[in-house]
Amino acid sequence: MPFEYTIAVVAIPLFMFLFLGLGGTQMGRKITGVLGVIGMLVTTVLAYGVALTYFFGTGQGQVVDGVRQAITVMNPDWLSFSENLVVRMGIMLDPIAAMMLIVITTVSLMVHLYSLGYMCDHHGHPEKGFQRYYAFLALFTFSMLGLVVATNIFQIFIFFEMVGVSSYLLIGFYYSSPAAVHASKKAFIVTRLADLFFLIGILVLSYYTGTFDFDKLVGNMATAQSAVASAGGATFMGCSVIAWALTFIFIGGAGKSAMYPLHIWLPDAMEGPTPVSALIHAATMVVAGVFLVARLFPLYVIEQGAMDIILVTGAFTAFYAAAIACVQSDIKRALAFSTISQIAFMMTSLAVSSNHSELITIHGGQGLGYMASMFHLFTHAMFKALLFLCAGAIIHAVHSNENSDMHGLHKFMPITSIAFLIGCLAIAGIPPFAGFWSKDEILVAAYERGLGWGLWMSAVAGMTAFYMFRIYLLIFFWKKHKVHTEHEPADQPWTMTLPLIILATISIVAGFVPAAKMFTWDGAALHTQLNWTVAGSSVLIACVGIALAFRLYYKENDLPARMKASAHGLWTAAYHRFYMDELYQFITHKLVFGLLSVPIAWFDRHIIDGTMNLMANVTNQCSFAIRRLQSGSIQAYVYIYLIGALTVAVATIVCVLI
Amino acid sequence: MESVGNLIVYAVIAIAIIVFSVLTVTTRKILRSATYLLFVLFATAGIYFQLDYEFLGAVQIAVYAGGILVLFVFAIMLTHQPGRDAQLLESRRRWLGILAAVLGVAVCAYALFSHSAMCAATLGQIPDFDIAQLGHWLLSTDKYGYLLPFEAISILLLACIIGGVVIARRR
Amino acid sequence: MNLNILMYLIPSLIMFGCGVYGFITRKNMIAIMISLELMLNAVDINFVVFNRFLFPGQMEGMFFTLFAIAIAAAETALALAIIINVFRAMRNVDITDINRLKF
Repeated sequence: MPFEYTIAVVAIPLFMFLFLGLGGTQMGRKITGVLGVIGMLVTTVLAYGVALTYFFGTGQGQVVDGVRQAITVMNPDWLSFSENLVVRMGIMLDPIAAMMLIVITTVSLMVHLYSLGYMCDHHGHPEKGFQRYYAFLALFTFSMLGLVVATNIFQIFIFFEMVGVSSYLLIGFYYSSPAAVHASKKAFIVTRLADLFFLIGILVLSYYTGTFDFDKLVGNMATAQSAVASAGGATFMGCSVIAWALTFIFIGGAGKSAMYPLHIWLPDAMEGPTPVSALIHAATMVVAGVFLVARLFPLYVIEQGAMDIILVTGAFTAFYAAAIACVQSDIKRALAFSTISQIAFMMTSLAVSSNHSELITIHGGQGLGYMASMFHLFTHAMFKALLFLCAGAIIHAVHSNENSDMHGLHKFMPITSIAFLIGCLAIAGIPPFAGFWSKDEILVAAYERGLGWGLWMSAVAGMTAFYMFRIYLLIFFWKKHKVHTEHEPADQPWTMTLPLIILATISIVAGFVPAAKMFTWDGAALHTQLNWTVAGSSVLIACVGIALAFRLYYKENDLPARMKASAHGLWTAAYHRFYMDELYQFITHKLVFGLLSVPIAWFDRHIIDGTMNLMANVTNQCSFAIRRLQSGSIQAYVYIYLIGALTVAVATIVCVLI
Repeated sequence: MESVGNLIVYAVIAIAIIVFSVLTVTTRKILRSATYLLFVLFATAGIYFQLDYEFLGAVQIAVYAGGILVLFVFAIMLTHQPGRDAQLLESRRRWLGILAAVLGVAVCAYALFSHSAMCAATLGQIPDFDIAQLGHWLLSTDKYGYLLPFEAISILLLACIIGGVVIARRR
Repeated sequence: MNLNILMYLIPSLIMFGCGVYGFITRKNMIAIMISLELMLNAVDINFVVFNRFLFPGQMEGMFFTLFAIAIAAAETALALAIIINVFRAMRNVDITDINRLKF
């Protein structure tokens, strides 16, 4: 399939957005949804065609010396600032872009289909705002696709903002609920704040390297080195400016990818409809930060300082989020923290892979962590979307997010239960499910970096297995289900079940994708073999976690309650997410608002506005004072005119007489 | 030395102008006011006739007395509620008006009398002309031709016709 | 006794004074228009008289008067149309009461 079809892949969702958004109200709700699904299906087929051609095609110039070349489909100028500082809007395919095309279109198609069933009220009629919902989904898909095929960092920034906006719109979809409105605002402000750093980073980077384009920045290791060298060793506070720029760019990515301490928006974002959480806040948008770092990977490799920041942040976040996920009672929030933890896995993996000297000397070698990260991104998108869609089905059935309202659903919803179990096994890293293969590569990369990092990540992997099975068992077992609503919970209609089955299948087989040959940072195949020690130990740890979860949560018992009582302080802290939100609240409300914003607001209101108001008031009062002169009575004007004329005449006569 | 008849005619005209002018602005019935204005206009036409501008006199009677006055009467009929005469003027307003008018007249009269030298001028002979000659003057571009103002007036009249139509149109 | 220029200008002046008085004091818009006509007429007389007495060989004054009459006719027609329209809207032609657009 020619690569020009990529243009259609990006253009169709944009068209669907405009079409459904503008024409949706004229069409029926159901029709809108079906059209959205059909449009997405076409996009998916084209994207698969393009991506598979990219990975397995042997067209002319596609593979040079065993290295798969990046392909620029189009790259027209958009804004020309100066001769070498030009912003372009283009489409570029390279391994990760092609992989992301598959991920985005697959999950988006599943979510489109799933939403046909999910976004209905309990009579099976589509909800109010159905058309708007599908239009926003299309907008998000377009933005995300535009992001991954970007040819330059400025284009990425633009689409970064656009995914932020569509995320905002979709989180706040139920705009009549205050919680949703708060959550959408929080998500937008936090990510926007991070994007500010991103923009600063872009400007610094392009100022010193003189280009936005990826092929000039990170085309290969040599161009990356020359790009860094073009900064001329400029430093700021003891670090090179490129390192600063990269750190700032990482902060932008961390905002989108919910890295500590910018993670606070993601759990709240679960106020949005669950399919939206599956698409945006589990599979695609939140990995935009990982994608960004992966895009600029060669630069990060050279600037090891920036990479270390990512490493520490990622490793800490992985543990932190996993710890919180262990005690959450809201299943969507628990899944959200699991997402944060897994994304942190990817970040860490990117960061550990870069052993500077190795990468430079063995050109095209190494980069195991990079590959593992991208692989994990791929598999995680699939099984996390599956988990979220399962959660959506459960929530749709019992009308609650709290796992205390669930318990014992296995008998009522067997398909959902099995799908959820597959997702849990995948994320826990049990072979042969997808998560095992990718997580294993990550652990190998971590152990190569250092024993400590490896042990740390293994521990987090064990916690992952524990908390996922805790969620699973509390939902589907623990005790007999008490029916709260008028209907018995049951498996959902086929529009919702079919995506579960498809995604479950993908979660089982995705691990067998030859990732090492596909998702490498320079396009060259990577030779890996299963590291039995690491693989065995990680499976063992996962099994321990699962066994612990079974011991505690399979049948109703008082062990969890006793444990909770014995470590009550820790439990409460974790339940309240270690008070990060309260800390933010304190910083923003007390410190920023109180000490900074209030005086500024006072200054603005009284000094700046005051000056303006004073001028306006003076003018106003002058006008009021003299407006009676302009009576509009023509006779008065004539009289005054006459008096003036007579005065002049009399004065003249008097002058002449004298 | 003028003929006595001429003097008598003059006296009649002058008195008519003065008396009817004053009545025009002092009467409280608007229709009477219009009638007195008609008399003033006739008297003015008389002046033109007496000064040998027969054509101008004819125009004065045709346009002013025949056209404008009829318009006034129509307007009065359309807007006037019978029995509602103008109220008596408040004295302050009246005195202000009288003061302004008298002062203006006084100043102008002073100017007139201070140039009494020109009173020596008497009626001379004016060139004889007929209507055809007048038409030639109106439409010529010679020294004493008035084509440009004539055309300007035509455009003004056209604008007035359009304006009148637009204003009077029912919305 | 000869008829001199002053004998024509004095009635014209008085006519003008009446016009000024009427214009300032009257409240009915049509009456104001009538006063306006008076003033205009007085000016016309002045043109003619000056022409006739001081420049008898020329015709400028006469033509000026001719044009002035034409303009006066047009202006009066338009003004009366406006007045009638105002009357239609307000049921009134009293200039002191027509102040809806004021302030």
